[in-house]
Amino acid sequence: MTATLPTATPAAPERAAGLGLLRLALRSRRLALGLGVLAVFALTAVIGPWLAGDPDAVSVDLGQAPSGAHWLGTTQTGQDVFAQLVVSARGTLVIGAAAAVIATVVSVVIGIGGGFLGGVADETLSLISNVFLVIPGLPLVIVVAAYVKGDGVLSTVLVIALTSWAASARVLRAQTLSLRGRDYVLAARVYGEKRWRIVLVEILPNELAIIVSQFIHAVIFAVLTQAGLAFLGLADPAYLTWGTMLYFAQNAEALTGGAWWWFVPPGLCIALLGAALSLVSFGLDEVLDPRLRTRRPRKGAR
Amino acid sequence: MRYVLRKLGFYAVAAWMAVTVNFFLPRLIPGDPVQLMMARMSQSGPVEPGQEEALAAMLGLSHGNLLTQYGDYLSSVVHLDFGLSVTYFPSPVTDVLHDALPWTLVLVGAATLISFVLGLTLGTLAGWRRGSWLDSLVPSTTFLAAVPYFWLALLLLYLFGQVWGVLPLGGGYDETLDIGLNGDFLSSALEHAVLPAATIVLSSVGGWMLGMRNMMVSTLAEDYVTAAEAKGLRPRTVMVGYAARNAVLPSVAGFAISLGFIVSGSLVMEIVFSYPGMGFTLLQAVENTDYPLMQAVFLVITFAVLAANFLVDLVYGFVDPRTRQAR
Repeated sequence: MTATLPTATPAAPERAAGLGLLRLALRSRRLALGLGVLAVFALTAVIGPWLAGDPDAVSVDLGQAPSGAHWLGTTQTGQDVFAQLVVSARGTLVIGAAAAVIATVVSVVIGIGGGFLGGVADETLSLISNVFLVIPGLPLVIVVAAYVKGDGVLSTVLVIALTSWAASARVLRAQTLSLRGRDYVLAARVYGEKRWRIVLVEILPNELAIIVSQFIHAVIFAVLTQAGLAFLGLADPAYLTWGTMLYFAQNAEALTGGAWWWFVPPGLCIALLGAALSLVSFGLDEVLDPRLRTRRPRKGAR
Repeated sequence: MRYVLRKLGFYAVAAWMAVTVNFFLPRLIPGDPVQLMMARMSQSGPVEPGQEEALAAMLGLSHGNLLTQYGDYLSSVVHLDFGLSVTYFPSPVTDVLHDALPWTLVLVGAATLISFVLGLTLGTLAGWRRGSWLDSLVPSTTFLAAVPYFWLALLLLYLFGQVWGVLPLGGGYDETLDIGLNGDFLSSALEHAVLPAATIVLSSVGGWMLGMRNMMVSTLAEDYVTAAEAKGLRPRTVMVGYAARNAVLPSVAGFAISLGFIVSGSLVMEIVFSYPGMGFTLLQAVENTDYPLMQAVFLVITFAVLAANFLVDLVYGFVDPRTRQAR
């Protein structure tokens, strides 16, 4: 974008369109709010661990309620809950993003591949995705995690990704089927363009909005699944996430001990992160599909 | 009829794939799971002869090549011969499942139904009155949908059980009572089910509501809705009979994805409430490395979800005649 700025007149309409899109994006309150919350979490994940101090450091303040010294109180062994919460942001986001990236890549390959190839390949791939869709993910993940236990973060990420690609593969397949017959794709075929080029240049860019939205939902799903797994003690407890915090809180009977400051914040963070991601996704939908916008009288509307 | 057969065929394939995945899973276990289980069982009490073969067949690890192992495994699944549970030794796995399944089935079934109906009703109203106070609630449902089930369960348990002490802290019923169809037991079971059911409804209602609301908005822009309004039909008739009736289809079609998600969430939630259902049993199995029980729980949950989805697909074929005609 910046490179085109100096060329004076011809770029002007394009710039105006770009600005208009940005203004539209910011006009969607949901998108702005979601992006804002997301930015806070991302920043925490990047720089938080350096600022928060050692989350495992024990002190003599055992199981204390929130105070000036410990903003969110301490655990049974005197660890600072706030420090743990900040450090866990990184672990949670890393697992969520990694699993979502893998799931999205798999769904793009299977969904677009199947939809574009058609025939037996499509029938098979679509059957596999439909089966993965109806088989409940978490019981499978729990059983697998229980079998391969103690295998660190990578196995958690893979197991989550394995069970979460199917829904988005189905959406992408449907969209590819509809794009495949469009005139410009047919034109590209007539030109004799290579298949991979048609997929990468003609089809993939047109599905970017869907892929982004599916990716966002994959992150939410991964964060929730990881939290569930960790809560059951099926994730590496040395790798601190909001889920592992809840696992330790549950094991130390924080609930019956009344230590709400220990188990409320991690869940609240998960929910806030998920809500922010959903808001971004819905905000994008709103920007792209005007019919979904809430009718709000605006001053100076054209 | 062809629609029903096609659906039946699909779910048969899905069930077969689940069974087959379950056949290969025990190979992930390091060491010899059969010997491990036998050793653990013989510590708890005398093990009848023949149990080792049954266990090996169930885990797909009997003697012979892969094909005979698969055959032995399939035969034990078909005969519901899941062997003995290590955790609840010497009860057979089937007895453990028999005790646990009704709890989850009734709780998750009823709560899902309540949440579905409630969500669709609220979504219809929100879409119909776009911009009203109900519609402005919609964004907040994204927060509820992102709440982990088990954390919401912890929170409800803490508030209602611990702080205010109005509802029981866990379990499925007052254990001093006998299980049976009598008033005392039923009211106790109901009382224990309030918080778990509330957890499911609160976490899942937002998704239904949002989907329905957006479909309502799309449907209301259709010509036949405008035509119905122009005819001067009562708004209620237009809303329910013309708009909602068509807008509800994707929600029914998408039931499969949601149900898997709700069941998954409920499993972890049960653990918080020590609710004596499948999730709690699964955790017991995991904590005691009870492989036969784990295998069986996975299969039963999967089959229950597949069956529920099959039923919903049948209903969908009934509600939307187009699906019956297609191909």
